[in-house]
Amino acid sequence: MRKVTGILLFGVALLAWAVSCKKSSTDTPGPKPSDNTPTPLQWTKPSYFPDPVYDLSKNPLTVEGVELGKFLFYDGILSRTDNIGCGTCHQQQAAFTHHGHDLSHGVDDKIGTRNAPSVQNMAWNTSFFWDGGVHDMDMVPPVPIQNKVEMDERVGNVIEKLKKTPVAGATKQVDYPKMFKAAFGSDSITADRMMQALSQFMMTMVSATSRYDYFLRGDASALTAQEKDGLSIFKQKCASCHAGELFTDQKFRNNGLVPNRINDQGRYNITLNAEDRLKFKVPSLRNVGLTAPYMHDGRFTTLEQVLDHYANDKPGSKDSIYVSPTLDPLLNVAGQKRGISLTSAEKQSIIAFLKTLNDDDFIKDKRFSDPGIGTSF
Amino acid sequence: MGCVQTSFYKNYMMKRTFSWLSAWALASGLLMVSCSFPDEKDDTDPIETGTIQLQFDNIVGDKDLQLDSTRYMNAVGEDFTVSKLNYYISNIKLIRLDGGVFTVPQDSSYFLIREANKESQKLTIRNVLTGDYTGIEFTVGVDSVRSVMEPDSPGRKGILDIYAGPTNEEEMYWNWNPGYIFLKLEGSSDSSTTPNGKYYYHIGFFGGRTARTINNLRTVKLTFPSQKAIVTTSIVSNVLIQADVQKVFNGTTQLSIKKSSSLMFTDSSKYVADNYAGMFHVKEIKIN
Repeated sequence: MRKVTGILLFGVALLAWAVSCKKSSTDTPGPKPSDNTPTPLQWTKPSYFPDPVYDLSKNPLTVEGVELGKFLFYDGILSRTDNIGCGTCHQQQAAFTHHGHDLSHGVDDKIGTRNAPSVQNMAWNTSFFWDGGVHDMDMVPPVPIQNKVEMDERVGNVIEKLKKTPVAGATKQVDYPKMFKAAFGSDSITADRMMQALSQFMMTMVSATSRYDYFLRGDASALTAQEKDGLSIFKQKCASCHAGELFTDQKFRNNGLVPNRINDQGRYNITLNAEDRLKFKVPSLRNVGLTAPYMHDGRFTTLEQVLDHYANDKPGSKDSIYVSPTLDPLLNVAGQKRGISLTSAEKQSIIAFLKTLNDDDFIKDKRFSDPGIGTSF
Repeated sequence: MGCVQTSFYKNYMMKRTFSWLSAWALASGLLMVSCSFPDEKDDTDPIETGTIQLQFDNIVGDKDLQLDSTRYMNAVGEDFTVSKLNYYISNIKLIRLDGGVFTVPQDSSYFLIREANKESQKLTIRNVLTGDYTGIEFTVGVDSVRSVMEPDSPGRKGILDIYAGPTNEEEMYWNWNPGYIFLKLEGSSDSSTTPNGKYYYHIGFFGGRTARTINNLRTVKLTFPSQKAIVTTSIVSNVLIQADVQKVFNGTTQLSIKKSSSLMFTDSSKYVADNYAGMFHVKEIKIN
């Protein structure tokens, strides 16, 4: 018992030291009145997913924080024109892509340069956007907000607008000071808090309830024979890039697409490294059956077109793989025809398998749905 | 079960009250020993400090820079006006007469000089070790350490806050490829090939976070002409540093607005950085 007391003494001393030796100016998390305390939200990862990349300890999820993030995600107040929200180009029924749009249009119908990527399983992204320019989820929202053809707004101005809510007479009555207070314990509205709330919401947007997931969890009947066949061909021929259960190796690759009219150089625009020319991030294939059109500029409207490109066997057309110094070596093996050899039946099986990655629960989950303030065009 | 545990705990607590008291005593003892911070030291500190002022003055050739209203001519004979000139000055070091170096504490060593804002051009550096100084060294831009700090950390607030204040208002940050724009020079020129006749030099890139990129951080070393800058507890020296916009076009590399009307995300931005690193000189030192 004496030994225990000793350890206790030491522990308490250490604790007291640790608590009191913070400078008085820093926030010490102290007990708050119960009505101001956000409710912690437990986040669990699917067992067969890797550990998340996002550091939850710096932004622990709360029910109120996620709710605030959802409102911010859908509210057009983030744009200069007050009518373009994140949810405008990231629509739930299309697994949070812009349904029917190769390139999205933002404020004043201006057209962007790339296809809106899916907002799903963001917790595992090591980088964001087709060029991987941003490495931290908290720094993702300012990019579309400040892009001249997307939301064309300044983050600082969004904060000012949020502070002035609820706006008298507005059709959508959202009281952001109240929501920030519920989420963070005080009604101070800052850009940091706004980004944290959006990250909290995006952290919850996990897609892992497709038929393929049920198969992984042990339900052998969840996939048909053709789909299982497709899975095994996929593992052989596609999984070196679309790797793991998130179906991406998170790398940047040049998959042999002919450069488009604006000669988008992809990753090169970030690094200015010649080895990165024409490289784009390998996208996850989860929900791929719902996220047409495909590629960084949405040039392919169907999965058949995508596989025809990789197989490089379109009848009557010449080489569909554009050769340049950065072309991925996997598509350019010496002594073989460029591309990935696939028979017609193999393509059919792969597409059948890919469609088992469609997650109907994810695209219908009310937790992720527009709370009635969004716009979609 | 919970009840049993609770009563056991109460019992245990009573028995151990003395131990807890001694623990707190010990803890507060530790507290007194270890809780002294540099800025909370008492006045027994023998080190004397003073203040130095750095006055930045943007010029074109031998004339004071006038925004918009004046048309200048660069070395290749192209006319130009300046509508915007902003740049960061950071990591300031002062060189002592004895060769020693006084490094301005990091947290008070970041400034955004804006031609359109007089106040921004006057840098007041406090807590400078007293002595005679013969030169200065600084970075044009924001170093990689600050650039990769979390945007919500204290070290990225104040002038470096990307969501509020001058950095936000002047759009001195690329959010899609996160990094500060070290220098922004814009204006009009008949030689410009852009649709609106403007030219844009936005120079950034700190070397990259997840992948190596070019590094346009430049360190400038200037020697004070003839005079020393004296810092005592009562004497404040004012160092007038001039920055000549002509040198941005006409330095190690001669730039042409016709050939380069817009320089932002390109390897060529390094030539602009090399040029502007050479645009500074110390004009004079005034003692107040």
